[in-house]
Amino acid sequence: MTDTVQNNVNITNSILQFRQDFAIIANWVGFGSKVLDLGCGDGELLQFLRGGLEVKGYGVEKDDANWLACMQNGSNVIQMDLEDGLSGFEDQSFDTVILSQTLQAMHNTEEIVQEMLRVGREIIVTFPNFGYWRNRLQITKGRMPVSKILPYQWYDTPNVHLCTINDFDEFCKNHKITILERCVITNTKTIQFMPNLLGNLAMYRLKAA
Amino acid sequence: MQENNSVGIVAAQTAHFNTPLTLKSGAVLPQFDLVYETYGTLNADKSNAVLICHALSGTHHVAGKYSLDDKHPGWWDNLIGPNKPLDTNKFFVIGVNNLGGCNGSTGAASNNPATGKPWGSQFPVLTVEDWVASQALLADYLGIKQLAAVVGGSLGGMQALQWTMTYPERVRHALVIASAPNLTAQNMAFNEVARQAIITDPEFHGGDYYAHGVVPRRGLRIARMLGHITYLSDDAMGAKFGRKLKDGIQYSFDAEFEMESYLRYQGDKFAGEFDANTYLRMTRALDYYDPALAFDNDLSLALKEVKAQFLVVSFTSDWRFSPARSREIVKALLDNELTVSYAEVTAAHGHDAFLMPDAHYHNILRTYLNNVQV
Repeated sequence: MTDTVQNNVNITNSILQFRQDFAIIANWVGFGSKVLDLGCGDGELLQFLRGGLEVKGYGVEKDDANWLACMQNGSNVIQMDLEDGLSGFEDQSFDTVILSQTLQAMHNTEEIVQEMLRVGREIIVTFPNFGYWRNRLQITKGRMPVSKILPYQWYDTPNVHLCTINDFDEFCKNHKITILERCVITNTKTIQFMPNLLGNLAMYRLKAA
Repeated sequence: MQENNSVGIVAAQTAHFNTPLTLKSGAVLPQFDLVYETYGTLNADKSNAVLICHALSGTHHVAGKYSLDDKHPGWWDNLIGPNKPLDTNKFFVIGVNNLGGCNGSTGAASNNPATGKPWGSQFPVLTVEDWVASQALLADYLGIKQLAAVVGGSLGGMQALQWTMTYPERVRHALVIASAPNLTAQNMAFNEVARQAIITDPEFHGGDYYAHGVVPRRGLRIARMLGHITYLSDDAMGAKFGRKLKDGIQYSFDAEFEMESYLRYQGDKFAGEFDANTYLRMTRALDYYDPALAFDNDLSLALKEVKAQFLVVSFTSDWRFSPARSREIVKALLDNELTVSYAEVTAAHGHDAFLMPDAHYHNILRTYLNNVQV
């Protein structure tokens, strides 16, 4: 946390309205650091971090259209499939490796987290909390949850490894991963009280034990 | 008919160099010509020049036509022109025939000033490094201190990569397409078979066939046929020809299958227009290229002085310059914290895909080149 710039939250307030998670990630990423964003989509997060924190950023993206959008945004982007691991990246060659709302769609979940810890000195993992009360409510009504953060039907969802905050805490414990910080939010609000019930997005800053 | 996004009618020019050029082998070329073409306009501060490096059989004629009824535009005409991905409204594009070529630049068929006769077997073996050195002399000749970009596919990509190593200050961007940091043993093996076809042709005469008024046509033809097999994927050949017969099975050894007609046609065409000594030297330059060799086979170390930004592109069905080889280049660039993007284009055409006007591939190049400041 020593080199984290705390006041970068006021950089682009208009974007932060929409993406509170970006602001939290920005607070966890050091100024001028080297960042790898896995499953970077259209490069929006990288663009945000580059503008505010002058990071040296690289994205990894499999999809052609996203890859192009990323390049249009001026981000460096490497086209590869995360399921194959990160063999193109050296050990401990990045300050921070980010997996933003992609963990739940990975098949090789354990492998990608281990690979992130190999490549990054710190890693950031965020995912939709399946323990969020609205999800629980939909299940008690006998249906699979569908929401803004989980917008898919059971038959077309890419999300194959959904988990709750308690599940992920235990995952970290079992895999000897140190949780440096955890932040749980619902939309733009930080949730301190009963986060596994009241939070819909879980965010972790981690490092190898 | 002139398309409105063509560079139009073009003409080749020749740059003559009188200063001896010492090659990597130690051989010295006392003087030489480079034939080249340019498209677009060099801007006032000469910051918009893009060099196109050609592959095995390429030439300086990259875009445009030589006359209104010319049916064969330059070999990368689909990429280069006004409003095309490599936009000549923005860039000043240079195509050059490599030293040792057979399209106007000094090569084995040129006269050796010492004897007044064709160089033939005495023409030196060239390397990628030699080509880059001679291309830099052409840039000097044109008054260009720094290239906005060097672009090349296959063997051309090796030249683009080498530019960033030999002249880190003279190139801002390198587009390395369907290329590799060196050839695998299997890849070199194809080159060896091609060369043996040429060298064992009775009309090769040890490389001095010019004096005998013949060309080793059979050898060159077989070399080219072999090359074409490796430039296409199994799927692409299957889709293009399959097992189609022209007139049914004849129980003969004529070109009964359409694939055979294609290979024979390509071989004959090539043998009629390309120089065998050039083919030998181009394939040898491919074999020898290995920038990591002098750095204990550590490509990352070899790229330590590089400053350029990179776009690396590979094609999924390219087995002669496979994506895995491009990823080696990307990794070495990442190891040096250089600015790099990498695209792995889904394509059925094998190695040839880098010359095809695939929409996504061209979008990649267009988007990257749009971001290049001039």
